[in-house]
Amino acid sequence: MSGMNLTLRVWRQKGPDDEGRMATYKVEDVSPDMSFLEMLDVLNDRLIVAGDEPIAFDHDCREGICGMCGMVINGVAHGEQRATTTCQLHMRHFKDGDTITIEPWRASAFPVVKDLVVDRSAFDRIIQAGGFISVPAGSAPDAHSVPVPKDSADAAFDAATCIGCGACVAACPNGSASLFTAAKITHLGLLPQGQPERDSRAKAMVEQMDAEGFGGCTNTGECTVVCPKGISLDAIARMNRDYLSAK
Amino acid sequence: MKYTVGEPIQDTKAPEGPVEDRWDKRRFSAKLVNPANKRKLRVIVIGTGLAGGSAAATLGELGYQVTSFCYQDSPRRAHSIAAQGGINAAKNYRGDGDSIYRLFYDTVKGGDFRSRESNVYRLAQVSVNIIDQAVAQGVPFAREYGGLLDTRSFGGAQVSRTFYARGQTGQQLLLGAYQALERQIAAGTVTMHTRHEMLDLVVSDGRARGVIVRDMVTGEIETHLADAVVLASGGYGNVFFLSTNAKGCNTTAIWRAHRRGAYFGNPCYTQIHPTCIPVSGEYQSKLTLMSESLRNDGRVWVPKLKGDSRPASDIPEDERDYYLERIYPSFGNLVPRDIASRAAKNVCDEGRGVGPGGLGVYLDFADAIRRLGRDAVEKKYGNLFEMYERITGENPYDQPMRIYPAVHYTMGGLWVDYDLQSTIPGLFVIGEANFSDHGANRLGASALMQGLADGYFVLPTTVGDYLAGSGSFGEVAQEDVDEAVDQVRGKIQRLLAVQGDRSADSFHRELGKIMWDYCGMERSEESLRKALELIPALREEFWRRVKVTGTNEELNQALERAGRVADFFELAELMCLDALHRTESCGGHFRAESQTEEGEALRDDENFAYVAAWEWNPDGTPVLHKEELEYEYVKMTQRSYK
Amino acid sequence: MIDRGEATDSVRPPAAHSPKKPTKPAAKTGRFTSTNGKKAVMAVTGAIMVLFLIGHVLGNLKVFSGAQSFNDYAEFLRTAGEPAVPRRTVLTLVEIVLVLAVGLHMWSAISLARRAAKARPVKYAAKRKNQAGGYATRTMRWGGVIIVLFLIWHLLDLTFGVANPAGSAGLPYDRMVQGFAPERWWVTLFYAVSLVMVGLHLRHGLWSAVQTLGLASGRTRKGLQLAAAAFSLVLVIGFLAVPFAVMIGVVK
Ligand SMILES: Cc1cc2nc3c(=O)[nH]c(=O)nc-3n(C[C@H](O)[C@H](O)[C@H](O)COP(=O)(O)OP(=O)(O)OC[C@H]3O[C@@H](n4cnc5c(N)ncnc54)[C@H](O)[C@@H]3O)c2cc1C
Ligand code: HEM
Ligand code: SF4
Ligand code: FES
Repeated sequence: MSGMNLTLRVWRQKGPDDEGRMATYKVEDVSPDMSFLEMLDVLNDRLIVAGDEPIAFDHDCREGICGMCGMVINGVAHGEQRATTTCQLHMRHFKDGDTITIEPWRASAFPVVKDLVVDRSAFDRIIQAGGFISVPAGSAPDAHSVPVPKDSADAAFDAATCIGCGACVAACPNGSASLFTAAKITHLGLLPQGQPERDSRAKAMVEQMDAEGFGGCTNTGECTVVCPKGISLDAIARMNRDYLSAK
Repeated sequence: MKYTVGEPIQDTKAPEGPVEDRWDKRRFSAKLVNPANKRKLRVIVIGTGLAGGSAAATLGELGYQVTSFCYQDSPRRAHSIAAQGGINAAKNYRGDGDSIYRLFYDTVKGGDFRSRESNVYRLAQVSVNIIDQAVAQGVPFAREYGGLLDTRSFGGAQVSRTFYARGQTGQQLLLGAYQALERQIAAGTVTMHTRHEMLDLVVSDGRARGVIVRDMVTGEIETHLADAVVLASGGYGNVFFLSTNAKGCNTTAIWRAHRRGAYFGNPCYTQIHPTCIPVSGEYQSKLTLMSESLRNDGRVWVPKLKGDSRPASDIPEDERDYYLERIYPSFGNLVPRDIASRAAKNVCDEGRGVGPGGLGVYLDFADAIRRLGRDAVEKKYGNLFEMYERITGENPYDQPMRIYPAVHYTMGGLWVDYDLQSTIPGLFVIGEANFSDHGANRLGASALMQGLADGYFVLPTTVGDYLAGSGSFGEVAQEDVDEAVDQVRGKIQRLLAVQGDRSADSFHRELGKIMWDYCGMERSEESLRKALELIPALREEFWRRVKVTGTNEELNQALERAGRVADFFELAELMCLDALHRTESCGGHFRAESQTEEGEALRDDENFAYVAAWEWNPDGTPVLHKEELEYEYVKMTQRSYK
Repeated sequence: MIDRGEATDSVRPPAAHSPKKPTKPAAKTGRFTSTNGKKAVMAVTGAIMVLFLIGHVLGNLKVFSGAQSFNDYAEFLRTAGEPAVPRRTVLTLVEIVLVLAVGLHMWSAISLARRAAKARPVKYAAKRKNQAGGYATRTMRWGGVIIVLFLIWHLLDLTFGVANPAGSAGLPYDRMVQGFAPERWWVTLFYAVSLVMVGLHLRHGLWSAVQTLGLASGRTRKGLQLAAAAFSLVLVIGFLAVPFAVMIGVVK
């Protein structure tokens, strides 16, 4: 099978303080069965041998679950394939001769570290502000002491599947982290175990989100479309409700 | 490669007496640290997976000053996140006859009698608390309509004791631990360093007293000192290059500790998972696991004819070989992981494999779809089918899936005693990084259990016991720190200085192929000797020809990889040596020379009922220390799945 | 095999940042000054304005029952509450509330827009395809500006009469009829364009407000969005009915 020939326009930036630029690479003989990241691996291998620095990008599990990978492909976070992380995107969705533009997440709360690598530690700090249930190890009651209605458990699970990839922020024209933050508030807020801290959690997390420099939500819905886990706008409504009614 | 045999070792920390009382006794005999002192004591935890994340959170909660490291950009991304199937616990919520003793029994037997009874019993005891803890943290386990927790049976167990959160149990458990960890970070008890890679251990006055890490963003080499060091850096399956592990999984942390004096236990025990998506080409970077549950309804087959290249649908029923059903009539498609894996390899070796390179077998749902209807199959496996289609571009409703075995888990790791302490005092090892409680074979859904048992419940007690004696720890000697820093810098300089013409990845791929071919599913004296010839030659070439671009003082992924590959080379040799010396077959270690007439793994309890703990020797001849295993409760028997 | 191209579009990275330092909140935001709070302010003030618009359109439609009825209605607005309170008290209160609503609504809109610009300073080089939003969603800000301009002119024209041929002394009905006279077609056109903007604004704004106040859910979302669109359409038709009727001479 003869492969595809592609032109890549990739954001290259040496470090946080470098200005950065788009660079163009031609990659030949790309198999349609390759994943997008494998295609970049192949390019990187060639770059290394040629003495050029490989393109830095984050990735780890390559199974769509760790949330480490992420790039804006042709203007769309994680590429146009729905419900798919960058690592799960395969080259069969591209055509011979295509030009592909690859950029890092853009948001001032996610500064570029190098090339396509950005710093998403703001997400961790949002969780630190209250994205947990306080329960020291060993102090938990028997797991069956509090039954949880199946609906609540399932809905909580849906929200809990967020992988913290940041695509929602990258896609949002306001650079808002509402979908991410709301997913956690929803996950914990739907469970009986999460009730005691529900109000303080919503308040603290929303305020931390602001403090990190994310923008406000204008309900454009861009986030949920690119979200690889399909986190729904319901989460944001729930966050708003919990925040506004928090004591 | 030669080795010498050293003093046998004994794990003296497990109390005597009835197995069910041992952990209680140990907890009672453990010295306590008074709360005011805890604040002055530092513990370093490497890794934020289930083991490290839960340990750091718990130690922080207890009041220690914890410093935690991971190589990803967030602690939430540790490889534990990828675990799918579930977590075992002896809750007996179903009333189907489960008990702590039964979980203990199954685990010892499943480990093919190469694990310690005391440890495994404790694991089964603690399993119950893990579920309570996770539920209280808000882990959304699957529930039934009555609101109670659902369970399923997994990995050949006859009881239903596996708790799960759809196909994302590891993710949900890890997020629970991660959130607990973030809570401690906010409280100031844990200081988190993400994008930091541990490159060496500081040992001073015979005790583990700190680590040397590289800030992966700036390249700065930092020294962090402490009163105890905990390694929770995960498994080393990536020595095979292709595995189901995350790309960044590495052996560096434990290998560096091994070189500093920690014994390496059973390095050759590797688990190979039978249902993974096969390799599609040379560029393949990792393998994806498909849940084992697929074997409940899928039928495994290959063409009877060698080199049959017809599409599956054109092969008539009587020209198909449902080999698992044929060879193992009573268990059929549900034989244990290692047996299913080896059978697949055998038919492919015969030239009957399917798909690219002939490395794959069919997993066919046509019968299931006919029997249950497409909807029912979709309900059960829809998300897995989708994942398969996303990766392969093939629709498993219309044509059978192709699967092939892949490296999945490493039972070996740093040797630890009952307290999870390595042979270096003050160095504790937990989770997949230690040689663990799984013996020669891990049962499905038991790794998550072990990681959390270690981190939430066992380690916090035993570290306390160690730290209670901290009054006698001296100052860390400056020369010990300097020496370690020099080592780290020296290695980085060496890697950067080669300036050859091949990428580190290309060497890693080649090393992986050697390991897979000669130290993989089936090993023999001949294959292992071959590997032991090839590896040093390739390693030598690596140090001559590797090309690392850029400098140390920046984010440099080429440098990170080269460093990890260098350590994999050394580990690979030890694995082959261990595999060579263990002439029996057991669990995940199959020696061609040691099989029953039916081709089953044949243990040699007479000569090999021991843990092989290897000591690093700078002159290149490792020293083997044996820890004899005794079975007072579970009678040693030969497995049979015919 | 590898063609290392020249630098193309240079895009400035966000201003100096230090990736490692946690940016702890400088000043704690309060309930109504947080992004969520400001959004709630917009939703509530928007809702107030919507209520006003409903009343307004119903009033306008009185034009069709003749000059007397329309002028009486206009007069009623001024005399409402009499004799308990002096003339125009109620109307003035309503006006104050409305001015406050408009002010707060604009203040929130502007501060959120500025915040968004800071949060996303760098545009993507690849022309971004909009993934979700419709036209209405994207025109909220500029649409808002047009609405403000319209509002000012509208007040000058029909309320104060300064920009109206019938002048401030004329009766409301005359101002209306003369204001929309056929030879002043451009007035009607501007009026129409602006109302369409209002319609678009509300199409997104109405369901957005429900979402912002946390009252929407997956089950109600589609319905809400439809209802918002239908309501906006009816409102716009209602408002446009009057000038068009004047223009084609149904109302003289
Ligand atoms: C695809 C897949 C599915 C699985 N499914 C199941 C299942 O269903 N049930 C089950 O019980 N088990 C399952 N397992 C096994 C189980 O997931 C792992 O054994 C377990 O999660 C390991 O946890 P850990 O905490 O020991 O290590 P990990 O989760 O691997 O964490 C390692 C940590 O160490 C850090 N680290 C590593 N090296 C360094 C270094 N040099 N410096 C600094 N930090 C470092 C990493 O950043 C990371 O935080 C599965 C495994 C795989 C691969
Ligand atoms: C004064 C000029 C106006 C400006 C600048 C303006 C601007 C905005 C902006 C930017 C939004 C947020 C958009 C979003 O959520 O995506 C908004 C929302 C809204 N606007 Fe306006 N608007 C104006 C006038 C009006 C008027 C006259 C009305 C009512 C008749 C109105 C009703 C609403 C409603 C209901 C919302 C939804 C609030 C929410 O999303 O929570 N606006 N407006
Ligand atoms: S909400 Fe979706 S897009 Fe946003 S971080 Fe979570 S998984 Fe990623
Ligand atoms: S690499 Fe883990 S989600 Fe893509």
